[in-house]
Amino acid sequence: MFKRVLTGLHFMQGDVACAEGAIVAGCRFFAGYPITPASEIAERMARRLPEVGGTYAQMEDEIGSIAAVIGASWTGTKAMTATSGPGISLMMENIGYAIATETPCVIVNVQRGAPSTGTPSLPLQGDVLQARRGSHGEYEVIALAPSSPQEMFDLSIEAFNLAERFRIPVFILADAFVGHMREEVLIPEESKIKIVERKIPASGMNLSEYKSSLDEDIAPMPIFGRGFKSHVTASTHNSYGKRNVTDPEALDYYIKCLNNKIRKHKEEIISVDSDVDGSEVVLISYGTTYRAVREVRKRLREEKINVGSFRLISIWPFPEKRIEDLARKVKTIIVLENNLGQIVPYVEAAAKGEAEVVFLPPHLLGTLHNPDAVVKKVKEVIQ
Amino acid sequence: MKMVHPLEKYVRPGFLFTTSCSGCGNGIIAQSALRAIDELKMNMDDFVFVSGIGCAAWIPSPFFNADVLHTTHGRPIAFATGVKLSNPKLKVMVISGDGDLMAIGGNHFIHAARRNIDLTVVCANNGIYGMTGGQVGPTTPFGLKTTTTPYGNLEKPFDLPKLAEAAGAVYVARWTTYHARQLTKSIKKAIQKRGFSFIEVISQCPVYFGRRTEAGDAVTMMQGYKKNSVNIKKLEKLKEDELKGKVVVGEFVDREEPELCEEIAKMRQRIR
Repeated sequence: MFKRVLTGLHFMQGDVACAEGAIVAGCRFFAGYPITPASEIAERMARRLPEVGGTYAQMEDEIGSIAAVIGASWTGTKAMTATSGPGISLMMENIGYAIATETPCVIVNVQRGAPSTGTPSLPLQGDVLQARRGSHGEYEVIALAPSSPQEMFDLSIEAFNLAERFRIPVFILADAFVGHMREEVLIPEESKIKIVERKIPASGMNLSEYKSSLDEDIAPMPIFGRGFKSHVTASTHNSYGKRNVTDPEALDYYIKCLNNKIRKHKEEIISVDSDVDGSEVVLISYGTTYRAVREVRKRLREEKINVGSFRLISIWPFPEKRIEDLARKVKTIIVLENNLGQIVPYVEAAAKGEAEVVFLPPHLLGTLHNPDAVVKKVKEVIQ
Repeated sequence: MKMVHPLEKYVRPGFLFTTSCSGCGNGIIAQSALRAIDELKMNMDDFVFVSGIGCAAWIPSPFFNADVLHTTHGRPIAFATGVKLSNPKLKVMVISGDGDLMAIGGNHFIHAARRNIDLTVVCANNGIYGMTGGQVGPTTPFGLKTTTTPYGNLEKPFDLPKLAEAAGAVYVARWTTYHARQLTKSIKKAIQKRGFSFIEVISQCPVYFGRRTEAGDAVTMMQGYKKNSVNIKKLEKLKEDELKGKVVVGEFVDREEPELCEEIAKMRQRIR
């Protein structure tokens, strides 16, 4: 028999760890299209899913991939796709569909460099804002940023848990570094892993019972094949899926429902790794930029310089409140991103002038920050 | 005594009027699909109806009292592929228009046919983009003046059954809305067929096609379908000039090929 959970210590590639995390989380459907640097996730899923009773579908393009994932999710199957920037751009319309129809699914973006074809094998954190606002309309998303193969595994599970809990597509914003990196990955025993399942209405639930369950921020999902006679539409609709595309009241209610379910539960979703006690300078990072932060702090500790770290494990929803609190405690915030500053404006807005905000990209985009350069910047800021 | 339409039991309560223009062919297609399910004595709860964007997408959505997935423009077959693959017990029927399935969604159509996944795809072909006001589409006849071909259409239309056959569909038929009984029979066959079934229904859009191209009102257009269609069975008896301007209707393909969901199930067994 094949194992569902490969408990043990592995030397594993990030993309592969991401696929294994998905399988542990209960993912049983993957649809995708080959693309560097995400193809290894599809390859792993193609081999592993049939072993655990799941289905791998290689679609004709990324538009079809996300469509199939959404279709699969409506049968009650946990579903995922993995791609890189060009594929995400193609998926954007249907990602909006998943948001509009409150369809849980996981979308892995192993980011590569530059717009359009760009540099397939070099990483850039260039799609951070695209994840937030790439599809049209007005919506909230959840995006997680793994910084190691271990986190490719851990956050893959977390992404499914959040998707199921909040009936929403969840992005894993990886990049070519962490996707192709091989490192130690510890897969725990199955009993030690927390798995969340979506709420489904009880069979035979009558309409009035169903209505009362809809008063929750996240309604149970009337999945296909159980006699719920679900009407799923991305047109503006009411709690019963009944279309209303004429009244501003209906539009207002619908958009606020979609957004508030995340806004109201922000604190439950947001995940940061913060170690700032007593520091005057703090480094904000996410994903692979954190790797330089670890090294920089080690070096500076040796020189008796205490520099804090505030790492965004979840980027969206953005942790404004926590950054506001942070800004009150420190003098300077240095934001490390492998791009030209995508979250910096959000950090500045959250800091409200309480701390100086400095942006630090790597010397060359598409590379990891050189710790020497970060150390130099920290010392400059302190003086 | 209250008169009840025999198919009303299949209509979602509270949705008893259509959004289609009067004279539209959508109603005939809706009835044919529901009658096929009724005659097969099948349960609507075993079906998922999937549609895209455009007038024909409103045939199942929201009216069919079953699980209905009203998707984005051009993508219903890709959504349906995910539904079917992850729950092969469900009967999955796509009902959508020619612009949706054959222009923006053409790639999904040929690939689903190639995979031979067990879907029933009914394409309402009105030869035009009706919902947006009568623009040229991939099925618009050559030379026709539309809002975006004011000097006549310079492109040839697709022959949809040939496209479906070449792509790998195992059941292919074409009818017009005049052929409601034959259409019902074909939908019944398609539902029962293991594999990718495709039915084109040439359907009147009296508002944007009929009025603009002077094809006439709904009745005139349907009389035209009667007059200008030739059953494939009678094709050999006709001379080439007699076929000019005619539409060939009937069953074009009925063959057996390995079906994708069944192959996946076998593969899972094999690797155990």
